[in-house]
Amino acid sequence: MSPDRKLRILVAKPGLDGHDRGARIIARTYRDAGFEVIYTGLHQTPEQIVNAAIQEDVDLVGFSILSGAHLTLASEIKRLLKEKGADDIPVIGGGIIPDEDIPKLKEIGVKKVFLPGTPLDEIVKWTKKNVRPRR
Amino acid sequence: MKTQLIEKILQGDVRAAGRLMRDIEDETPDAIEELKSIYPYTGRAHIIGVTGPPGVGKSTLIDALITSFRRESMTVGVIAIDPTSIFTGGALLGDRVRMQKHSTDQGVFIRSLAARGWTGGLSKATTSMIHVMDAMNKDIILVETVGAGQAEIDILRIADTTILVLTPGMGDAIQMMKAGILEGADIFVINKADKDGAENLKMELQVMLEVKGKLRGEWEPGIILAEAVYGKGIEELVREILRHREFLTSSGELEKRRRERAKLELTTAIESSLKSYINDRIDNHCLEKLLNDLVQKKTNPYSAALGIINRSIKLD
Repeated sequence: MSPDRKLRILVAKPGLDGHDRGARIIARTYRDAGFEVIYTGLHQTPEQIVNAAIQEDVDLVGFSILSGAHLTLASEIKRLLKEKGADDIPVIGGGIIPDEDIPKLKEIGVKKVFLPGTPLDEIVKWTKKNVRPRR
Repeated sequence: MKTQLIEKILQGDVRAAGRLMRDIEDETPDAIEELKSIYPYTGRAHIIGVTGPPGVGKSTLIDALITSFRRESMTVGVIAIDPTSIFTGGALLGDRVRMQKHSTDQGVFIRSLAARGWTGGLSKATTSMIHVMDAMNKDIILVETVGAGQAEIDILRIADTTILVLTPGMGDAIQMMKAGILEGADIFVINKADKDGAENLKMELQVMLEVKGKLRGEWEPGIILAEAVYGKGIEELVREILRHREFLTSSGELEKRRRERAKLELTTAIESSLKSYINDRIDNHCLEKLLNDLVQKKTNPYSAALGIINRSIKLD
Protein backbone atom coordinates (compact mmCIF):
# COMPACT_ATOMS: atom_id res chain seq x y z
CA MET A 1 0.00 0.00 0.00
CA SER A 2 1.73 3.17 -1.13
CA PRO A 3 0.41 6.18 0.72
CA ASP A 4 -0.99 9.12 -1.15
CA ARG A 5 1.32 11.90 -0.07
CA LYS A 6 0.13 15.44 -0.16
CA LEU A 7 2.49 18.12 -1.45
CA ARG A 8 3.54 20.54 1.32
CA ILE A 9 4.80 23.95 0.24
CA LEU A 10 6.22 26.87 2.22
CA VAL A 11 5.36 30.26 0.76
CA ALA A 12 7.88 32.70 2.17
CA LYS A 13 8.21 36.44 2.16
CA PRO A 14 11.81 37.23 3.02
CA GLY A 15 13.30 40.64 3.57
CA LEU A 16 12.01 44.11 4.10
CA ASP A 17 9.36 44.79 1.49
CA GLY A 18 5.86 44.77 2.90
CA HIS A 19 3.85 43.74 -0.13
CA ASP A 20 2.61 40.20 0.21
CA ARG A 21 -0.27 40.31 -2.22
CA GLY A 22 1.63 38.18 -4.71
CA ALA A 23 2.67 35.69 -2.04
CA ARG A 24 -0.92 35.44 -0.81
CA ILE A 25 -2.27 34.84 -4.30
CA ILE A 26 0.27 32.07 -4.84
CA ALA A 27 -0.55 30.56 -1.45
CA ARG A 28 -4.23 30.50 -2.32
CA THR A 29 -3.61 29.15 -5.79
CA TYR A 30 -1.57 26.30 -4.37
CA ARG A 31 -4.25 25.57 -1.80
CA ASP A 32 -6.87 25.44 -4.53
CA ALA A 33 -4.62 23.04 -6.45
CA GLY A 34 -4.95 20.66 -3.50
CA PHE A 35 -1.61 21.32 -1.81
CA GLU A 36 -0.96 22.03 1.85
CA VAL A 37 0.51 25.51 2.02
CA ILE A 38 2.32 26.97 4.99
CA TYR A 39 2.41 30.74 4.96
CA THR A 40 4.71 32.47 7.42
CA GLY A 41 3.91 36.15 6.97
CA LEU A 42 5.98 39.23 6.20
CA HIS A 43 9.57 40.24 6.93
CA GLN A 44 11.09 36.80 7.36
CA THR A 45 14.81 36.24 7.71
CA PRO A 46 16.37 33.40 5.70
CA GLU A 47 17.00 31.60 8.99
CA GLN A 48 13.32 31.78 9.96
CA ILE A 49 12.34 30.48 6.54
CA VAL A 50 14.77 27.58 6.57
CA ASN A 51 13.83 26.57 10.13
CA ALA A 52 10.13 26.65 9.21
CA ALA A 53 10.83 24.56 6.09
CA ILE A 54 12.54 21.90 8.19
CA GLN A 55 10.02 21.89 11.03
CA GLU A 56 7.19 21.61 8.53
CA ASP A 57 8.99 19.05 6.32
CA VAL A 58 7.98 20.80 3.10
CA ASP A 59 8.65 19.61 -0.46
CA LEU A 60 9.21 23.10 -1.84
CA VAL A 61 10.09 26.60 -0.67
CA GLY A 62 8.72 29.43 -2.80
CA PHE A 63 9.81 32.99 -2.04
CA SER A 64 8.42 36.30 -3.21
CA ILE A 65 10.77 39.29 -3.19
CA LEU A 66 10.02 42.78 -4.45
CA SER A 67 12.80 44.62 -2.63
CA GLY A 68 15.68 44.01 -5.00
CA ALA A 69 17.59 41.92 -2.46
CA HIS A 70 16.75 38.62 -4.17
CA LEU A 71 20.35 37.58 -4.88
CA THR A 72 21.49 38.04 -1.28
CA LEU A 73 18.37 36.52 0.27
CA ALA A 74 18.20 33.54 -2.11
CA SER A 75 21.85 32.61 -1.61
CA GLU A 76 21.43 32.85 2.15
CA ILE A 77 18.37 30.58 2.04
CA LYS A 78 20.26 28.05 -0.09
CA ARG A 79 23.33 28.24 2.15
CA LEU A 80 21.31 27.64 5.34
CA LEU A 81 19.37 24.75 3.79
CA LYS A 82 22.68 23.13 2.97
CA GLU A 83 24.15 23.85 6.39
CA LYS A 84 21.16 22.20 8.06
CA GLY A 85 21.26 19.14 5.81
CA ALA A 86 18.07 20.05 3.99
CA ASP A 87 19.28 21.12 0.56
CA ASP A 88 17.16 18.41 -1.03
CA ILE A 89 14.26 20.85 -0.58
CA PRO A 90 13.97 22.75 -3.88
CA VAL A 91 13.63 26.53 -3.89
CA ILE A 92 11.71 28.63 -6.42
CA GLY A 93 11.03 32.34 -6.48
CA GLY A 94 9.06 35.19 -7.91
CA GLY A 95 8.59 38.93 -7.68
CA ILE A 96 10.24 41.93 -9.24
CA ILE A 97 13.39 40.38 -10.64
CA PRO A 98 15.42 41.86 -13.53
CA ASP A 99 15.90 39.48 -16.46
CA GLU A 100 19.66 39.56 -16.14
CA ASP A 101 19.43 38.24 -12.57
CA ILE A 102 17.52 35.10 -13.51
CA PRO A 103 20.62 33.17 -14.62
CA LYS A 104 22.35 34.31 -11.43
CA LEU A 105 19.49 32.98 -9.31
CA LYS A 106 19.65 29.67 -11.22
CA GLU A 107 23.36 29.53 -10.49
CA ILE A 108 22.66 30.03 -6.79
CA GLY A 109 20.38 27.02 -7.05
CA VAL A 110 16.94 28.55 -7.43
CA LYS A 111 15.15 26.01 -9.57
CA LYS A 112 12.65 28.28 -11.24
CA VAL A 113 11.74 31.97 -11.33
CA PHE A 114 8.23 33.17 -12.12
CA LEU A 115 7.88 36.80 -13.16
CA PRO A 116 4.81 39.01 -12.75
CA GLY A 117 2.12 38.18 -15.30
CA THR A 118 2.74 34.42 -15.28
CA PRO A 119 -0.65 32.69 -15.53
CA LEU A 120 -1.43 30.97 -12.23
CA ASP A 121 -2.25 27.65 -13.85
CA GLU A 122 1.17 27.64 -15.45
CA ILE A 123 2.72 27.83 -11.97
CA VAL A 124 0.52 24.99 -10.75
CA LYS A 125 1.32 22.90 -13.82
CA TRP A 126 5.06 23.44 -13.37
CA THR A 127 4.84 22.54 -9.68
CA LYS A 128 2.89 19.35 -10.30
CA LYS A 129 5.36 18.28 -12.96
CA ASN A 130 8.59 19.17 -11.17
CA VAL A 131 7.97 18.79 -7.47
CA ARG A 132 7.37 15.36 -6.00
CA PRO A 133 6.41 14.64 -2.44
CA ARG A 134 9.38 13.07 -0.72
CA ARG A 135 10.00 9.29 -1.33
CA MET B 1 14.05 -1.59 19.45
CA LYS B 2 15.60 1.81 18.82
CA THR B 3 16.14 2.62 15.18
CA GLN B 4 18.57 5.28 14.04
CA LEU B 5 15.65 7.62 13.42
CA ILE B 6 14.31 7.18 16.95
CA GLU B 7 17.78 7.74 18.37
CA LYS B 8 17.92 11.08 16.54
CA ILE B 9 14.45 12.09 17.68
CA LEU B 10 15.25 11.30 21.31
CA GLN B 11 18.21 13.65 20.95
CA GLY B 12 15.86 16.34 19.68
CA ASP B 13 16.79 16.28 15.97
CA VAL B 14 14.21 18.52 14.28
CA ARG B 15 14.79 17.23 10.75
CA ALA B 16 14.28 13.61 11.83
CA ALA B 17 11.21 14.47 13.88
CA GLY B 18 9.75 16.59 11.09
CA ARG B 19 10.11 13.71 8.67
CA LEU B 20 8.59 11.12 10.96
CA MET B 21 5.65 13.45 11.56
CA ARG B 22 5.12 13.63 7.82
CA ASP B 23 5.19 9.85 7.54
CA ILE B 24 2.68 9.58 10.36
CA GLU B 25 0.35 12.04 8.66
CA ASP B 26 0.65 10.25 5.35
CA GLU B 27 0.18 6.91 7.12
CA THR B 28 3.19 5.12 5.69
CA PRO B 29 3.69 1.53 6.92
CA ASP B 30 7.08 2.51 8.43
CA ALA B 31 5.46 5.19 10.57
CA ILE B 32 3.57 2.65 12.68
CA GLU B 33 6.79 0.73 13.34
CA GLU B 34 8.57 3.90 14.47
CA LEU B 35 5.62 4.89 16.64
CA LYS B 36 5.77 1.51 18.36
CA SER B 37 9.32 2.17 19.47
CA ILE B 38 8.66 5.79 20.40
CA TYR B 39 5.76 5.02 22.71
CA PRO B 40 7.85 4.08 25.78
CA TYR B 41 9.51 7.51 25.69
CA THR B 42 6.27 9.46 25.90
CA GLY B 43 4.16 10.72 28.79
CA ARG B 44 6.50 13.32 30.22
CA ALA B 45 5.27 16.54 28.57
CA HIS B 46 2.40 18.66 29.82
CA ILE B 47 -0.09 18.87 26.98
CA ILE B 48 -2.08 22.08 26.74
CA GLY B 49 -5.01 22.41 24.36
CA VAL B 50 -5.98 25.84 23.09
CA THR B 51 -9.39 25.99 21.48
CA GLY B 52 -12.11 28.48 20.62
CA PRO B 53 -13.96 30.03 17.68
CA PRO B 54 -12.07 31.41 14.64
CA GLY B 55 -10.48 34.81 15.16
CA VAL B 56 -10.48 34.94 18.96
CA GLY B 57 -6.67 35.06 19.05
CA LYS B 58 -5.62 31.47 19.73
CA SER B 59 -2.36 31.74 17.76
CA THR B 60 -1.50 35.09 19.33
CA LEU B 61 -2.17 33.70 22.79
CA ILE B 62 0.07 30.71 22.04
CA ASP B 63 2.78 33.07 20.82
CA ALA B 64 2.65 34.90 24.16
CA LEU B 65 2.59 31.62 26.11
CA ILE B 66 5.70 30.39 24.27
CA THR B 67 7.53 33.55 25.37
CA SER B 68 6.56 32.96 29.00
CA PHE B 69 7.48 29.28 29.04
CA ARG B 70 10.81 29.99 27.35
CA ARG B 71 11.58 32.60 29.98
CA GLU B 72 11.30 29.76 32.49
CA SER B 73 13.69 27.71 30.30
CA MET B 74 11.01 25.20 29.41
CA THR B 75 11.15 23.69 25.92
CA VAL B 76 8.00 24.02 23.85
CA GLY B 77 6.34 22.12 21.02
CA VAL B 78 3.38 23.55 19.14
CA ILE B 79 0.94 21.65 16.94
CA ALA B 80 -1.40 24.00 15.10
CA ILE B 81 -4.30 22.64 13.09
CA ASP B 82 -6.12 24.44 10.29
CA PRO B 83 -9.00 23.20 8.13
CA THR B 84 -8.67 21.33 4.85
CA SER B 85 -10.84 22.47 1.95
CA ILE B 86 -13.54 19.92 1.29
CA PHE B 87 -13.57 20.91 -2.37
CA THR B 88 -9.89 20.73 -3.29
CA GLY B 89 -8.28 18.81 -0.42
CA GLY B 90 -5.82 21.68 -0.12
CA ALA B 91 -5.16 23.74 2.99
CA LEU B 92 -3.71 27.09 3.87
CA LEU B 93 -1.86 26.75 7.16
CA GLY B 94 -1.33 30.21 8.59
CA ASP B 95 -1.02 29.79 12.35
CA ARG B 96 2.76 30.20 12.17
CA VAL B 97 2.38 33.80 11.06
CA ARG B 98 1.69 34.84 14.66
CA MET B 99 4.48 32.69 16.11
CA GLN B 100 7.33 33.18 13.65
CA LYS B 101 9.49 35.13 16.06
CA HIS B 102 10.10 31.83 17.86
CA SER B 103 11.16 29.97 14.73
CA THR B 104 14.86 30.60 15.29
CA ASP B 105 14.69 29.48 18.92
CA GLN B 106 16.13 25.94 19.17
CA GLY B 107 13.88 25.29 22.17
CA VAL B 108 10.69 25.74 20.14
CA PHE B 109 9.31 23.39 17.49
CA ILE B 110 6.20 24.48 15.61
CA ARG B 111 4.34 22.17 13.26
CA SER B 112 1.23 23.02 11.22
CA LEU B 113 -1.28 20.31 10.40
CA ALA B 114 -4.24 20.23 8.06
CA ALA B 115 -7.36 18.61 9.50
CA ARG B 116 -7.63 16.40 6.36
CA GLY B 117 -11.32 15.79 6.75
CA TRP B 118 -11.16 14.95 10.46
CA THR B 119 -14.01 16.60 12.31
CA GLY B 120 -13.44 16.88 16.08
CA GLY B 121 -11.27 20.02 15.80
CA LEU B 122 -8.00 18.10 15.49
CA SER B 123 -6.57 15.85 12.78
CA LYS B 124 -6.30 12.09 12.77
CA ALA B 125 -2.54 12.19 13.35
CA THR B 126 -2.55 14.69 16.21
CA THR B 127 -2.08 12.19 19.05
CA SER B 128 0.88 10.57 17.31
CA MET B 129 2.38 13.98 16.55
CA ILE B 130 2.21 14.77 20.25
CA HIS B 131 4.07 11.52 20.95
CA VAL B 132 6.92 12.57 18.66
CA MET B 133 7.29 15.98 20.34
CA ASP B 134 7.02 14.33 23.74
CA ALA B 135 9.83 11.92 22.83
CA MET B 136 11.90 14.94 21.74
CA ASN B 137 11.74 15.97 25.37
CA LYS B 138 9.52 19.03 25.04
CA ASP B 139 8.35 20.17 28.48
CA ILE B 140 5.21 21.80 27.17
CA ILE B 141 3.21 20.84 24.08
CA LEU B 142 0.61 23.36 22.94
CA VAL B 143 -2.09 22.07 20.62
CA GLU B 144 -4.14 24.66 18.74
CA THR B 145 -7.42 23.32 17.36
CA VAL B 146 -9.09 24.55 14.20
CA GLY B 147 -11.45 27.43 14.87
CA ALA B 148 -13.95 25.50 16.92
CA GLY B 149 -17.58 25.80 17.89
CA GLN B 150 -19.36 23.63 20.37
CA ALA B 151 -18.91 20.20 18.82
CA GLU B 152 -15.14 20.14 18.39
CA ILE B 153 -14.34 18.54 21.71
CA ASP B 154 -11.62 16.01 20.81
CA ILE B 155 -9.09 18.31 22.45
CA LEU B 156 -10.61 17.52 25.87
CA ARG B 157 -9.59 13.91 25.38
CA ILE B 158 -5.98 14.49 24.42
CA ALA B 159 -4.91 17.51 26.49
CA ASP B 160 -3.96 17.61 30.16
CA THR B 161 -5.16 21.19 30.38
CA THR B 162 -7.70 22.66 27.95
CA ILE B 163 -7.92 26.42 27.54
CA LEU B 164 -11.04 27.83 25.90
CA VAL B 165 -10.49 31.25 24.35
CA LEU B 166 -13.49 33.55 23.87
CA THR B 167 -13.94 37.22 23.09
CA PRO B 168 -16.59 39.71 24.22
CA GLY B 169 -19.66 40.15 22.05
CA MET B 170 -19.89 36.58 20.82
CA GLY B 171 -23.45 35.77 21.67
CA ASP B 172 -26.02 35.97 24.38
CA ALA B 173 -26.41 34.13 27.61
CA ILE B 174 -28.22 31.26 25.90
CA GLN B 175 -24.99 30.22 24.23
CA MET B 176 -23.61 29.68 27.71
CA MET B 177 -26.16 27.02 28.48
CA LYS B 178 -25.07 24.78 25.65
CA ALA B 179 -23.16 21.60 26.21
CA GLY B 180 -19.80 20.74 24.70
CA ILE B 181 -16.50 22.49 25.05
CA LEU B 182 -17.91 24.96 27.61
CA GLU B 183 -18.49 22.12 30.04
CA GLY B 184 -15.08 20.61 29.63
CA ALA B 185 -12.60 23.48 29.52
CA ASP B 186 -10.19 23.74 32.45
CA ILE B 187 -9.36 27.41 31.99
CA PHE B 188 -11.33 30.18 30.31
CA VAL B 189 -9.60 33.11 28.65
CA ILE B 190 -11.55 36.18 27.61
CA ASN B 191 -9.19 37.65 25.03
CA LYS B 192 -9.42 41.15 23.56
CA ALA B 193 -10.69 42.10 26.99
CA ASP B 194 -10.43 45.79 26.17
CA LYS B 195 -13.57 45.40 24.06
CA ASP B 196 -17.00 46.15 25.47
CA GLY B 197 -18.71 43.30 27.25
CA ALA B 198 -15.68 41.52 28.73
CA GLU B 199 -16.91 41.84 32.32
CA ASN B 200 -20.39 40.74 31.23
CA LEU B 201 -19.02 37.65 29.55
CA LYS B 202 -17.00 36.86 32.65
CA MET B 203 -20.14 37.08 34.77
CA GLU B 204 -22.09 34.85 32.40
CA LEU B 205 -19.30 32.29 32.49
CA GLN B 206 -19.19 32.40 36.27
CA VAL B 207 -22.92 31.79 36.46
CA MET B 208 -22.66 28.94 34.00
CA LEU B 209 -19.85 27.32 35.96
CA GLU B 210 -21.81 27.55 39.20
CA VAL B 211 -24.90 25.99 37.64
CA LYS B 212 -22.96 23.23 35.94
CA GLY B 213 -21.25 22.28 39.16
CA LYS B 214 -18.22 20.07 39.01
CA LEU B 215 -18.47 17.92 35.91
CA ARG B 216 -14.75 17.33 35.58
CA GLY B 217 -13.73 16.52 39.15
CA GLU B 218 -13.04 19.00 41.93
CA TRP B 219 -11.30 21.58 39.76
CA GLU B 220 -12.70 25.09 39.66
CA PRO B 221 -11.86 26.66 36.30
CA GLY B 222 -10.38 30.14 36.39
CA ILE B 223 -11.58 32.89 34.08
CA ILE B 224 -8.82 35.17 32.87
CA LEU B 225 -9.13 38.50 31.10
CA ALA B 226 -6.36 38.91 28.54
CA GLU B 227 -5.06 41.05 25.73
CA ALA B 228 -2.70 38.57 24.13
CA VAL B 229 -1.28 41.03 21.59
CA TYR B 230 0.09 43.15 24.44
CA GLY B 231 0.95 40.21 26.66
CA LYS B 232 -1.66 41.29 29.20
CA GLY B 233 -3.04 38.51 31.39
CA ILE B 234 -0.44 36.01 30.17
CA GLU B 235 1.44 35.75 33.48
CA GLU B 236 -1.83 35.09 35.22
CA LEU B 237 -2.70 32.46 32.62
CA VAL B 238 0.63 30.69 33.07
CA ARG B 239 0.07 30.65 36.85
CA GLU B 240 -3.37 29.16 36.28
CA ILE B 241 -1.92 26.48 33.95
CA LEU B 242 0.67 25.54 36.58
CA ARG B 243 -2.01 25.53 39.28
CA HIS B 244 -4.06 23.14 37.13
CA ARG B 245 -1.06 20.91 36.53
CA GLU B 246 -0.48 20.78 40.28
CA PHE B 247 -4.14 19.93 40.82
CA LEU B 248 -4.03 17.15 38.22
CA THR B 249 -1.10 15.48 39.95
CA SER B 250 -2.24 15.89 43.54
CA SER B 251 -5.85 14.87 42.93
CA GLY B 252 -5.07 11.78 40.87
CA GLU B 253 -6.96 13.33 37.97
CA LEU B 254 -3.88 13.18 35.72
CA GLU B 255 -3.66 9.42 36.14
CA LYS B 256 -7.37 9.17 35.36
CA ARG B 257 -7.16 11.34 32.24
CA ARG B 258 -4.11 9.48 30.94
CA ARG B 259 -5.89 6.18 31.46
CA GLU B 260 -8.86 7.45 29.47
CA ARG B 261 -6.47 8.60 26.78
CA ALA B 262 -4.76 5.21 26.66
CA LYS B 263 -8.16 3.59 26.26
CA LEU B 264 -9.05 5.96 23.43
CA GLU B 265 -5.76 5.26 21.67
CA LEU B 266 -6.32 1.54 22.05
CA THR B 267 -9.84 1.61 20.62
CA THR B 268 -8.69 3.83 17.76
CA ALA B 269 -5.85 1.42 17.03
CA ILE B 270 -8.22 -1.55 17.11
CA GLU B 271 -10.60 0.16 14.71
CA SER B 272 -7.93 1.18 12.23
CA SER B 273 -6.07 -2.17 12.33
CA LEU B 274 -9.33 -4.03 11.86
CA LYS B 275 -10.35 -1.75 9.04
CA SER B 276 -7.13 -2.22 7.09
CA TYR B 277 -7.12 -5.96 7.89
CA ILE B 278 -10.54 -6.32 6.31
CA ASN B 279 -9.86 -3.91 3.43
CA ASP B 280 -6.82 -6.01 2.52
CA ARG B 281 -8.95 -9.16 2.33
CA ILE B 282 -12.14 -7.89 0.78
CA ASP B 283 -13.04 -9.58 -2.50
CA ASN B 284 -14.13 -7.04 -5.11
CA HIS B 285 -16.39 -9.48 -6.90
CA CYS B 286 -18.10 -10.32 -3.66
CA LEU B 287 -18.37 -6.62 -2.77
CA GLU B 288 -20.09 -5.81 -6.07
CA LYS B 289 -22.59 -8.57 -5.50
CA LEU B 290 -23.31 -7.34 -1.98
CA LEU B 291 -23.83 -3.80 -3.26
CA ASN B 292 -26.34 -5.07 -5.81
CA ASP B 293 -28.16 -6.97 -3.09
CA LEU B 294 -28.22 -3.87 -0.92
CA VAL B 295 -29.65 -1.67 -3.65
CA GLN B 296 -32.32 -4.29 -4.35
CA LYS B 297 -32.95 -4.58 -0.59
CA LYS B 298 -32.19 -8.31 -0.63
CA THR B 299 -29.91 -7.81 2.33
CA ASN B 300 -29.14 -5.05 4.82
CA PRO B 301 -25.85 -3.24 5.64
CA TYR B 302 -25.63 -4.78 9.13
CA SER B 303 -25.80 -8.42 8.06
CA ALA B 304 -23.64 -7.71 5.02
CA ALA B 305 -20.93 -6.14 7.21
CA LEU B 306 -20.93 -9.09 9.60
CA GLY B 307 -20.70 -11.45 6.62
CA ILE B 308 -17.63 -9.62 5.32
CA ILE B 309 -15.93 -9.63 8.71
CA ASN B 310 -16.57 -13.34 9.24
CA ARG B 311 -15.31 -14.20 5.77
CA SER B 312 -12.13 -12.13 6.25
CA ILE B 313 -11.29 -13.89 9.48
CA LYS B 314 -11.95 -17.35 8.03
CA LEU B 315 -9.54 -16.56 5.17
CA ASP B 316 -6.58 -16.62 7.54
